[in-house]
Amino acid sequence: MTGLAAHFRLARKDFSIDARFEAPETGVTGLFGPSGSGKTTILRMIAGLEKPDKGWLSLNERIWQDEGRFMKPHRRPVGYVFQDSRLFPHLDVAGNLDFAIRRAGPAETPQHRDEVIGMFGLDRLMEHRPATLSGGERQRVAMARALLSHPRLMLMDEPLASLDRQSRREILPYLESLAHRLSLPILYVSHDLAEIERFADHLVLMENGRVTAAGPLASLAADPNLPLARDAEAGAVVDAVIGSFDPVHDLSACHIGPHLVLLPGRLGGKGETRRLRVRAGDVSIALQRAENTSILNILPCEIVSLDESGPGQVLAVLRLEGTEIHLLSRITKRSREALALVSGLGVQAQIKGMSLIDPESKT
Amino acid sequence: MLEVVTLTLELAGLTTLILIVIGVPLGYWLARDTGFVSAVVSAIVALPLVLPPTVLGFYLLIALGPNGPLASLLPYVGLRTLAFSFPGLVIGSVIYSLPFMVQPSRNGFAAIGKEPFEAAATLRASPRDTFFSVALPLARGGVVTGMILSFAHTVGEFGVVLMIGGNIPGETRVLSIAIFDMVEQGNWGEAHMMSAGLLGFAFLVILVTGLIERRAGRRMP
Repeated sequence: MTGLAAHFRLARKDFSIDARFEAPETGVTGLFGPSGSGKTTILRMIAGLEKPDKGWLSLNERIWQDEGRFMKPHRRPVGYVFQDSRLFPHLDVAGNLDFAIRRAGPAETPQHRDEVIGMFGLDRLMEHRPATLSGGERQRVAMARALLSHPRLMLMDEPLASLDRQSRREILPYLESLAHRLSLPILYVSHDLAEIERFADHLVLMENGRVTAAGPLASLAADPNLPLARDAEAGAVVDAVIGSFDPVHDLSACHIGPHLVLLPGRLGGKGETRRLRVRAGDVSIALQRAENTSILNILPCEIVSLDESGPGQVLAVLRLEGTEIHLLSRITKRSREALALVSGLGVQAQIKGMSLIDPESKT
Repeated sequence: MLEVVTLTLELAGLTTLILIVIGVPLGYWLARDTGFVSAVVSAIVALPLVLPPTVLGFYLLIALGPNGPLASLLPYVGLRTLAFSFPGLVIGSVIYSLPFMVQPSRNGFAAIGKEPFEAAATLRASPRDTFFSVALPLARGGVVTGMILSFAHTVGEFGVVLMIGGNIPGETRVLSIAIFDMVEQGNWGEAHMMSAGLLGFAFLVILVTGLIERRAGRRMP
């Protein structure tokens, strides 16, 4: 198969890993799970920095590792962004970037170097030593350096985790443009759901060294059997295409499949895609379309499932009519009885709020 | 007297050069390998620190002499024995000063940690490439300290030189031996001059080494 295919087994005194997953040949695959679930170790094994007891690994049908083979780490074309940037302290920013270029082979050109320097805003920093850079700047250099090593696979290990809120905000746009411009598999490790939802298209859920689920982000986020949907902040992730803008009411019309929703503010140019987050707590269910209501967005759906999700509460998975898009709704058990809700029933989903995950354009 | 100083500097210089080639990679290996073999090698390297120079000199004398393990090869380089010769002195000095090169280098390499090595590997640097482009520059303070200490220690050695080198002018008569000789002959004036020179030299070495280490300590994050 194209893309990445990995299967690792590792037994240590205090933990073990037995993880098998795949990642598509382009786009961001989020590796998500609690601390200690083995996400970083998996990334290190993919880079060859850690040897599993047994490992199989291939990228675009080229085998990197199997029973008898182990490609040395420096022969694997990965770009690794470490949580702690790991710039070389004896080299300035230019030296760090050139370190990567010199070893990247003829495919790295001076034009690409300039382009990457511009892309990460490093022009003014070229002669600085890593010790004099801020955390956010260091991480930008680290991403540029990884990119200039001409990778076939990007591995990002919680690149935002060591940064304060200010640096995070500063670095997010860079990360986003990186994620959307590269046509190669990107594995992004994080324990922060908001981060994953923002960048990832695919998701690999991990717990205790095992993969508990894997697939497209939207379908995993709406799966009531997975921990994502059990979270208090659980919600569906939906991509919407921007339509017309109403300047009088300051509302943007957006298309979700054949349906139209209205969102406050000018969200961007016509035809651009925005990722929206629809929290389960913001979606209520009605049997008929309400007429006199302040709620703007009411969409026809079919109930897919109803599961108890806490004391007195039920989590409903709704399928948007005429699409395969799922929404989540958290209602009370009492409402379920009062409205006699069952799977297969056609209902109206009343959406009180939708938030933008991704303010940058998604291409 | 000039002859004595020149010979001493030649011996120390050559010994230091050889030690850079042997001691730095050895220090690198000892810093990164955690196996039993490296522990044994580490102990052997440190032996000259605790052995009396006479013991070391005695075994070197046997090893380098006409019946030693190297003796059969010596005719090819036009020598009958390495004992009481300049090459023999160099070999003895290299062994005697080895820990002074290896220990600081090893500490320098160990202080780097594994992080830069991993970063280098993910940027396609081979282990050899990494040694020269990452490890050596980052451990520079330790390596330079090792070079200075090796040089200084060789200049100041006495026991081993006396055992295997003797006191042949222009061949094995180095400063420390010459001073001993002059004192024996009652030539205190010249002994004074040389001793004071060595004292000043030793002080400078320790001062400079300290300054290098301080600077290296500041530079590392």
